[in-house]
Amino acid sequence: MKSFDRTKIVLLVTIALVALLAYVCNRSPEFLQSRIYDILLGIGISIILAEGLNLVNGYTGQFSLGHAGFMAVGAFLGSAMSLGIAFPYLDGPTWAGAGWTVIFKVLQQGFAWLVNVFFWLHNSLVGLATGLPGWGKFLIALIYGGSTAALSGLLVGVPSLRLKGDYLAIVTLGFNEIIRVIIQNAEPLGAQRGLTGVPSNTNFFWVFAFAALTIYVVHNLVHSTYGRGFLAVRDDEIAAESMGINTTKYKVLAFVVGAAFAGIAGTLYAHQKQYINPEGFNFIRSVDIVVMVILGGMGNTVGVCIAAVLLTILPEILRDVAKLEWLPIWLREVAENRMIIYSLILIILMLARPQGLFGGWGKKKGAA
Amino acid sequence: MDSSTIEFIQQLINGLSLGATYALIALGYTMVFGVLRFINFAHGDILMLGSFAGFYCGPWVTAFTRKLAGNPDPTRDLTGFQDWVGPWESLLGLALVLVVVMSACAAFGMLVEFLCYRPLRNRPRITVLITAIGVSLFIESMGQFIFGAAPRLFPEIISDRSIDFSAHGEQWAGLTLLRSQVLTFLVTGLLLVALTLLVKRTKIGMAMRALAFNPTACALMGVNVSLIVSFTFGLGSALGGAAGILSSIERPSIDPLMGVLFGLKAFVAAVLGGIGNLAGAVLGGLLIGVIEIMVVAYGPSTYRDAVAFAVLIVILLLRPAGLLGKNVREKV
Repeated sequence: MKSFDRTKIVLLVTIALVALLAYVCNRSPEFLQSRIYDILLGIGISIILAEGLNLVNGYTGQFSLGHAGFMAVGAFLGSAMSLGIAFPYLDGPTWAGAGWTVIFKVLQQGFAWLVNVFFWLHNSLVGLATGLPGWGKFLIALIYGGSTAALSGLLVGVPSLRLKGDYLAIVTLGFNEIIRVIIQNAEPLGAQRGLTGVPSNTNFFWVFAFAALTIYVVHNLVHSTYGRGFLAVRDDEIAAESMGINTTKYKVLAFVVGAAFAGIAGTLYAHQKQYINPEGFNFIRSVDIVVMVILGGMGNTVGVCIAAVLLTILPEILRDVAKLEWLPIWLREVAENRMIIYSLILIILMLARPQGLFGGWGKKKGAA
Repeated sequence: MDSSTIEFIQQLINGLSLGATYALIALGYTMVFGVLRFINFAHGDILMLGSFAGFYCGPWVTAFTRKLAGNPDPTRDLTGFQDWVGPWESLLGLALVLVVVMSACAAFGMLVEFLCYRPLRNRPRITVLITAIGVSLFIESMGQFIFGAAPRLFPEIISDRSIDFSAHGEQWAGLTLLRSQVLTFLVTGLLLVALTLLVKRTKIGMAMRALAFNPTACALMGVNVSLIVSFTFGLGSALGGAAGILSSIERPSIDPLMGVLFGLKAFVAAVLGGIGNLAGAVLGGLLIGVIEIMVVAYGPSTYRDAVAFAVLIVILLLRPAGLLGKNVREKV
């Protein structure tokens, strides 16, 4: 690869443009308060989520239904970083009077040590970040949210990517639930109340710079040796394996990269809304992202991007439609319940056009 | 017997009665997987539809059983109901509700198969999987739209009382067994016997087994594949509807999203027992039910919903074919 290829230039120019636009936006305080600005940020976050999932579901062909779980990891740990929340260390088990249960106690002690190592890292990072200015702290929160989500992606991916199709979908869904339940039980992270008062650091620049970075990374990854591996795994796993491709490695890599971007998106989301609740990262949220990938055409970067934009605007339009008074009441209620429309989109799309709305677009011969 | 043993037996009974419900749903997953090789995501929502069907036809049935009991006074409130309707009338009422709901659910399951899955019969599995997720979401959101999102109270179909054990000896004091639990075991057992006879002894059961064994050869031997698939969906959905009624009698708060977790846990049960294996589905269902209740009773109860998934992950790592499943190498 040349040191300064075309895609890198495109990325840098895009980021420069985004910075310019963000500067323009910042000049007008009314615009920063407006609903359109809110929707714009939502679009950028959706693009990051959908492109990350597209790498897993689309290019690598591993159907994951737990993307919101990684988003939750990024959202909560990134916010913990911004809010300066430290975790209290876990106590080991009490050894007195341990009979045959000593086996469990040893396991418990090992688990406590492992978790405490992570807590120690977290706490020292929080300590380091406290003195930084706002944007530096936010950048650290973003990187931290992304890397913890990547780590959880690794933990989830290694056991579950041995499975295929339906099984993988349900296991990832299960991990999504497990992550949610763990957060709901974590008192430092607000348990069931969620976290409030997250600083409002997310702005136009951060969201779209990271959206551009996501597309850049996914595009370049897919057009590299790794990309050939992803596509080989998707098209025929057994053939790929017999050609000497380490399929597990590629699957886990795609999963970890997807999870990392989900984590970043989660942190951005938390710092936009300033309030997060574990309930908001449930199965339905995962389905939202999956619908974007499927509507755009799995394994089609441009299509998924367009679908992410459309499906972020759609609920807002529906909300407006639901307010129209001349419409019959049942139609307004349908418009308020966006899942009816999403599920219909899924079913009809699969029956009529399984390659997605934009599937087949922008595909060159043999390339992704 | 000391109180901790009694407590353990009590939790075991509760777990088994919850597990019986899981077993009934797991059977639907397993049967559909057997004939079509795909996981019907929407199966858990059939349970929800069964519950709501029972919710709407329950009052009619209670009115009917009232008449049988010789007290057709509709002004009496339902809470007094169990005082003057005997066990036989409530059994008859339950049987009536089950027949109505199971046929409705069977019809609905066949309709879903006809509309959504049949056109996709020869498509890639991922397409069918996405459709199944879509169908599941559609049923849930339409349920919220039609029935309302707030939980409803399931009507009292049988007169539920705890059976007193202390009459049988002092050592049983503290143990409560509800009539509804006995009925759950009874109905589940009857349905299992009927299902086994159907699958093992009848011609259509033989066709189902043949289809699970080899679809192509089965079609060549003149079996009407579409009919058998449709029948299997109907059968599975009928069991799901029965599970809905039984679970709602014990836990009367029903809502349109109740099928999601039930369905997922029952799926875990089917995998635990070995998917495609009928006895495995029952074993897995009972095990999941007992494990869940034990975790609630003796472990961190807030992790209740995560337990089943932990079991799923462990079983897929240690024995992917399930407890009773045979290890089959995937053919290239």
